[in-house]
Amino acid sequence: MITLAHFIVLGAVLFCIAVAGVFINRKNVIVLLMAIELMLLAVNINFVAFSRFLGDVQGQVFVFFILTVAAAESAIGLAILTLLFRNRSTINVAEIDSMKG
Amino acid sequence: MPTFNDFLILLPEAYLTVAACVILLMDAFLKGGQRVAIHWLSIIVLLVGAWLVIDGQPATAVSGFSGMFIRDPVAEILKVFSLLTTALMFIYSRGYLRDRNINEGEYYALTLFAVIGIMVLVSAGSLVTVYLGLELLTLSSYALVALNRDSKLSSEAAIKYFVLGALASGMLLYGMSMIYGATHSLDLATILHVQNVEWRNLMLFGVVFAIVGIGFKLGAAPFHMWIPDVYQGAPTAVTIFIGTAQKIAAFGMAYRLLDSGLGAYAHEWRMMLAVLAVLSLAIGNLLAIVQTNLKRLLAYSTISHMGFLLLGLVEANPAGYSAAMFYAISYALTSAAAFGIILAMSRAGFECEEIDDFKGLNQRSPWFAFLMMLVMFSLAGVPPLFGFFGKLLVLQSAIDAGFLWLAVVGAVFAIIGLYYYLRVVKVMYFDAPVEGTDVRAQPDMPLRFVLSLNALALLALGIAWGPLFAWCQRAFGITA
Amino acid sequence: MDLSLSVLITIALAPLVGALLAGLFGRVIGRVGSHCVTILGVGIACALSIHVLWQLVSGDAKNFNQDVYTWFQAGNLHVSVGFMVDRLTAMMMVVVTFVSLLVHVYTIGYMADDPGYQRFFSYISLFTFSMLMLVMSNNFMQLFFGWEAVGLVSYLLIGFWYKKPTAIYANLKAFVVNRVGDFGFLLGIAAVLYFLNTLDYATAFDSAGALTGRAITVVGGHAWPAATVIGVLLFIGAMGKSAQVPLHVWLPDSMEGPTPISALIHAATMVTAGIFMVARMSPLFEMSEGALSFILVIGATTALFTGLIGIVQNDIKRVIAYSTLSQLGYMTVALGVSAYSGAVFHLMTHAFFKALLFLGAGSVIIGMHHEQDMRYMGGLRKYMPVTWITMWIGSLALAGTPFFAGFYSKDAIIEAVGESHRWGAGYAYFCVMAGVFVTSLYSFRLLYMTFHGAERFTVVGHHGHGHAAHGHAAVVGGQSIHSDPGHDAHGHDAADEHKEDSHHTPGELEHAPSESPWVVTVPLILLAIPSLLIGFFTVGPMLYGGWFGKAIHVEEQNNVLGELARDFHGATAAALHGFIQLPFLLALAGFIVATVIYLFKPALADSIKRALHPIWRVLDKKYWVDEVYFAIFAKGGVKLGRAFWRGGDAAVIDGVLIDGSASLVERIASGGRRLQSGFLYHYAFAMILGLILLLGGYWLVGQG
Repeated sequence: MITLAHFIVLGAVLFCIAVAGVFINRKNVIVLLMAIELMLLAVNINFVAFSRFLGDVQGQVFVFFILTVAAAESAIGLAILTLLFRNRSTINVAEIDSMKG
Repeated sequence: MPTFNDFLILLPEAYLTVAACVILLMDAFLKGGQRVAIHWLSIIVLLVGAWLVIDGQPATAVSGFSGMFIRDPVAEILKVFSLLTTALMFIYSRGYLRDRNINEGEYYALTLFAVIGIMVLVSAGSLVTVYLGLELLTLSSYALVALNRDSKLSSEAAIKYFVLGALASGMLLYGMSMIYGATHSLDLATILHVQNVEWRNLMLFGVVFAIVGIGFKLGAAPFHMWIPDVYQGAPTAVTIFIGTAQKIAAFGMAYRLLDSGLGAYAHEWRMMLAVLAVLSLAIGNLLAIVQTNLKRLLAYSTISHMGFLLLGLVEANPAGYSAAMFYAISYALTSAAAFGIILAMSRAGFECEEIDDFKGLNQRSPWFAFLMMLVMFSLAGVPPLFGFFGKLLVLQSAIDAGFLWLAVVGAVFAIIGLYYYLRVVKVMYFDAPVEGTDVRAQPDMPLRFVLSLNALALLALGIAWGPLFAWCQRAFGITA
Repeated sequence: MDLSLSVLITIALAPLVGALLAGLFGRVIGRVGSHCVTILGVGIACALSIHVLWQLVSGDAKNFNQDVYTWFQAGNLHVSVGFMVDRLTAMMMVVVTFVSLLVHVYTIGYMADDPGYQRFFSYISLFTFSMLMLVMSNNFMQLFFGWEAVGLVSYLLIGFWYKKPTAIYANLKAFVVNRVGDFGFLLGIAAVLYFLNTLDYATAFDSAGALTGRAITVVGGHAWPAATVIGVLLFIGAMGKSAQVPLHVWLPDSMEGPTPISALIHAATMVTAGIFMVARMSPLFEMSEGALSFILVIGATTALFTGLIGIVQNDIKRVIAYSTLSQLGYMTVALGVSAYSGAVFHLMTHAFFKALLFLGAGSVIIGMHHEQDMRYMGGLRKYMPVTWITMWIGSLALAGTPFFAGFYSKDAIIEAVGESHRWGAGYAYFCVMAGVFVTSLYSFRLLYMTFHGAERFTVVGHHGHGHAAHGHAAVVGGQSIHSDPGHDAHGHDAADEHKEDSHHTPGELEHAPSESPWVVTVPLILLAIPSLLIGFFTVGPMLYGGWFGKAIHVEEQNNVLGELARDFHGATAAALHGFIQLPFLLALAGFIVATVIYLFKPALADSIKRALHPIWRVLDKKYWVDEVYFAIFAKGGVKLGRAFWRGGDAAVIDGVLIDGSASLVERIASGGRRLQSGFLYHYAFAMILGLILLLGGYWLVGQG
């Protein structure tokens, strides 16, 4: 029997993987974008699970909004990534540190 | 189904959306010299928007779209000042954009969309509206920060802003999902009145995640890391937006989420905000001291100012909110003038953003040195300037909230903060100009005039600060 | 006819308008425009102040006390702008505006060639405004703002020649020392608010009686009477501003500023703000014997020991500066024995003759082409007769010669001290008596070294010794960069006899000295008149006739001036009586000693100096106060800074390393800035740490 708790735990695991992806990854900015995407998916699982188990449709509607915004967010992220590569010829996270202190 | 009345409530936002689209189209069709029309049109659009906000303001709070959109006096004030500071920023930025071949049309259109985001955010009555307003604002801001396409710093700032911003909004959303799970509702007013939450721990985890989102938007430590890099790397014409209107928006977001939605958990979140306030005051003020870049210094100063703003929020009652709102407005107007001066001094190929560039300014542009002094004094909170009262009021509300220790910390850091603001003043008045440089204000009359008004207003509002504060208090239902 | 509010507002605002016009539009209205608007502004203020004083004196106007604008109210902290004008205030207003007006006129001549001409006029008008706000205030907050504002303008003016390192050093010193005083002052105001629940003068004075029996436990468990705590704290503020020992060190160095400033701010008005403040607060100070004794001892020490330093100074302005310190000590002594009227009376007479002396010294400096060292002067009387005569009048007044203004005020103070039975009065009596001799000695020494005796300078032509390039600089613009022999970068005085500035050969002038233009001499004459006469005409009513009315409050048992009043039979009689009194004899002795040593037998000076070398050295080093401060406060800061530098961080901040805590803060900051590493994953990690911190904090709280 799959309960709400299973979904919440799945969401939490995905969320943690995503967060870890953001700060453990030292190589490639694209992985960051994927991690962010994963985080939003974790949120979506939470919303859908709550919506289904509470019998309230609002949560699923919110998911549609999140999916749409996530698409726009990825588009902007990739655009900035392109710009970054054009200006610096690298998308290595460990080399983007010209401003600090 | 939405009724016509719902759209009437949304009129200023709807109008601005149409106007922003028109400006985007004009940018595509106008050529060279005609583009100056976009500049003036954008300013007029903002001012008309402000007029629509004030003129159509209902006597009491009304809501539309099943409570998702709220139009109340708090939203009115926040919208008016967001629109006004954005108009100021357009006036200050024109020469800067032209000198750097930054596409003006995109700049104005994106900024207008971001302002619409602010307006939706501060009027939010539901978690969905908060999210949509916030994303409209931040997505436009990411693009704005990257607007100077050939600048390495600009694209670095944009990617940092983007990744951290997305992380923060992911956390905020995760928190929202927990709040939804605990209260079965996305509507803020309903969430506020849910009794006996089934999973209290789930709810409180949601509150913590929401505070991370708010803390990021405000730029409160430890969620402040993006601020210095973005302030420095973004084109100054964009930094000013992040430093002014966005701070007003961040206050609006904090108020909507924390008070309208999570007011029942004030006891818990007050303590968290107090921790954030102390960290922000400490990190902002201490790290500002060692900065040599003025934009970066102002970034750390922002962090410390957000610490002060949080002092108002920890009181968690109308008196505290009105103090915090007053603080947000005073900060926005002051930092508009500060960045305005940097913009006025910058020329093609020269960013006047190192503190050394201001050496001996008094000998070259005494009037602008004087204005800068007013701005620095206001940021530092020297009486009788505008910034002083903001500080006084938030310190008072921290004391009223029973956080005497927090007020003492605030006062101590206000004194430490004096040091780096006064250093800028000292450099302008007592140091000799750097040889071989010629830092002067641009001969742009509208800029000079409006900037002078802006800086003198800091003095005027410091002396006659009563009406504005009374307005803020009325918005929160306090009648003197 | 009652005083009208609009007149009072005009008095305060006219100088401000002048200052703003000259400061903001200085380039537009030019030099002439700048001095016209500021002089007009101060002139209006002066005329109206005299009018106000006249209204009050002729008796048909009541005292004025009204709030003009309420700024904010937070709890019982009511902050407003308001005026309290009674005879005490009106007298101060007239003194401030009158001296300021003459200094404005004088500045036209003194600063004629300075590039910062408009700025200078703007500053001195701004100063006048601030000072008026200070004296006209009816509450503590406005007093404090005025207090800070005059301080601010004073720093701006000390550092007016900001290219001169000694000026910057002096500026910093004044700033730091005054912060110490202000800290006490602010605490005092806080104590007033705490005990009396108001910052309004009238309310506070009326409820001063409520202080009796209240006490506050400071550190160590000893309970102090509230009145003493308030009195001492407020007086610490006065010690900073009125340069009382041990916070006196900034005033001599402030002479780095232009001479008109020395006259206006560092002699006649600003430095007397502390004296005025104590007199204004007399109802509070009367509540505490302890505080008054404290004041008495500090004042007496200042009066004698700073005067002694004046004897060994060679810079003409510094002699007068030390004289100012000493005279401020006299005023403080008068406050200490509850002779507030005596203090204020001396404040007034001193304002005139000390401004005269400073402006006279300025005139000499102009005549000597910005030479300030008296060792290279002498015999100037035939070159500058007007300056010579007016300086004599000022010095006679300072020395307390009967019939001159200074006689009446100083004599009254000495007698009042003699009458007093307060703890410390015996010591004070000795100090003020000995001070009379010292005053007379350095005054006449100054006159003889400057105006009499042999000429110790030579006039060389344009080609002499090939320093024509510097010659121009020395003439232009009051930029006395080249005329400062013996001042090293730390502002110590002309200590070593033979230390010479590499840019300038002392004692060589390009032109013969000549009398200054009329804009300089007319103010001298106008100041000489009151220096001569004002004491004679005002001593009766002001000192003994209860002229100040309720403005000054003295408890019955403390009323020493009341005692003296019984023996007072008119100004002439007092002066004639004065000729056979001890103070006059001491002054005469000082005069004779000075005459013998410095006029007839200059060689004697050197042999005396050798004979008394240890004493001379103590005085020359000014009791090593500067050195001690430097060692304790500055060196500590510098050491911290060096340690920080060795730590390898390149972030060195120019500015205030004087303050040890500032460099501590810097160290923390430069450590903290490593956190901002520039790496995205560190930033994200910080956010996650923040999240964990909040969650963990909630978890802990939730468990507890």
